[in-house]
Amino acid sequence: MTSADLPITPPGLWRQTSIIVRRSLIHTRRMPEMLTDVTVQPVIFVLLFSFVFGAAVSVPDGGNYREFLLPGIMGQTIVFTAFVVAMGITADVDKGIVDRFRSLPISRFSYLLGRAIAALLHSAIGLTVMAVTGLVIGWRIHGGILDAILGFVLIVVFGFGMIWYGVLIGSWLRSVEAVNGFLFSTLFPLTFLSNVFVPTAPMADWLRFIAEWNPISSLVQAMRELWGNGPAAAPGAALPLQHPVIATVLWSLALTVVFAPVALRAFVRRTAD
Amino acid sequence: MPDIPGRSPAVEAVGLVKRFGDFTAVDGVSFSVPAGTVLGMLGPNGAGKTTTVRMMTTLSRPTAGTARIAGHDVLEEPAMVRRSMGLTGQAATVDELLTGRENLAMIGGLYGIRRAALRSRCEQLLEQFSLTDAGNKVVRDYSGGMRRRLDLAVSLLAAPPVLFLDEPTTGLDPHSRNELWDVLRELVAGGTTLVLTTQYLEEADQLADTIVVIDRGRIIAEGTPLQLKERSGAASVIATVTHAHQLEHAHRLLVQHSPEIFLDADVRTLTVAAGGLDDLTRIAGLLSAEQIAVDDLRLSRPSLDDVFLSLTGHRSSTGEEQP
Repeated sequence: MTSADLPITPPGLWRQTSIIVRRSLIHTRRMPEMLTDVTVQPVIFVLLFSFVFGAAVSVPDGGNYREFLLPGIMGQTIVFTAFVVAMGITADVDKGIVDRFRSLPISRFSYLLGRAIAALLHSAIGLTVMAVTGLVIGWRIHGGILDAILGFVLIVVFGFGMIWYGVLIGSWLRSVEAVNGFLFSTLFPLTFLSNVFVPTAPMADWLRFIAEWNPISSLVQAMRELWGNGPAAAPGAALPLQHPVIATVLWSLALTVVFAPVALRAFVRRTAD
Repeated sequence: MPDIPGRSPAVEAVGLVKRFGDFTAVDGVSFSVPAGTVLGMLGPNGAGKTTTVRMMTTLSRPTAGTARIAGHDVLEEPAMVRRSMGLTGQAATVDELLTGRENLAMIGGLYGIRRAALRSRCEQLLEQFSLTDAGNKVVRDYSGGMRRRLDLAVSLLAAPPVLFLDEPTTGLDPHSRNELWDVLRELVAGGTTLVLTTQYLEEADQLADTIVVIDRGRIIAEGTPLQLKERSGAASVIATVTHAHQLEHAHRLLVQHSPEIFLDADVRTLTVAAGGLDDLTRIAGLLSAEQIAVDDLRLSRPSLDDVFLSLTGHRSSTGEEQP
């Protein structure tokens, strides 16, 4: 057989990307334990926080802590999408899979795009599991259907911003362990320095300032308001929390603008020689 | 892609240079490979073989020089180069969590081979590489030899006219290695042009029509296996000393006989440059006079190993550079 005998239609970017996404989906099917980070872990968080802290934390306007907590944990889960992208990239570079893709006549960005979409799907599975867990322990969406959908759309938009951070760290660090350690020690505190688990109003001024300008807080505040899981921000709250939906979009845009160019450069450099 | 004999070569390296900071990994490598022949790049770890292959397959950008694959320049037409060649790297770059069939289908899809043709192409390759039964098994459960074969099958999906193999048999047991060699010979018989790197002189001797010997980023010799063997000329005497503690003694003794000597302590052998049978007798006399017991003593005609020793002053297996 020579190459001339094979009917070849060069695939477009979307076809290339969808093949790479399918690869990740097969991975998940073969190793469902890969989903623990977005299923077991957040569910344990929901249960731990709602039952251990639930009685101690007072939600503004006398709201229900479980309802208050759930959008927070969903926000944390989407932030952790960066883990999925970063670890996937590092492992693929390490095993030479990225070189294999680069030796093919395809766009070098279809790989990244495929990894990014797969990571968002991965997180989406987690969000579904959490929503079900939430429904079981008493979380409800009280707003209208459009607001409910807008809340989920915002999560995905924010996740897109976080992906670039994952691409950057995954391209920059050279082992899965290093990536895991670095992301854990940057993202974990970041999700705590926010309104994810507790209201920001009682915090010390300087801490409250950091927490309220934390991009995650905007997302979580937006979900709480859209889903009727918490009151609007207090009058003294920082500007982004006063307009959480727009702030979330702007933060996601900012994350992309700041991290995408450096992340792409890091990826190209990592895979160049 | 039909190649007209006498026209442009299938593979051409033109003054390839690669520097990493102050370190020059490849320092002006040029060669050309006629279509349908096999070029073996022979050299120790860190000689620059892999870097050369990476530049020729568009994975790494040359600091200077260029390469042409099936007439396409790696700098000017990288997409056409990728369409014209297959690459099997040092580590089998197949996806461990996919089955053999899924691996082939994925890469075939990325090449853009149409569905029906792809299905039959996958089956044909699985058959050719004795993987039909293992096709639905997850690659994680494959043996090393099976992974290499699958990797090679993946590289051949689009039936490329040129195939690059970077140390294709490193880490394989002798049986798997022989199997792979047979497959490669079949490919060449079918008209594929092969560029392979190897640290194993035997491999280059077995497969290559032309060998370039690379050391420290430079080509230090080029020719057919026969020409290279002739260049090194002398035969050698190989003595395997029975007791490890007598090895040093034997070494001191034989250095006086010939300063061109190589000691491999791991297998207790001494390799001494020699002219012929006279040297064998003389060395046997020296050893027995000193009551040094030997397991084996024989005259070896020049092998590519000796070629390497005479060209570089060091053994291929003891490459002095960092990988």
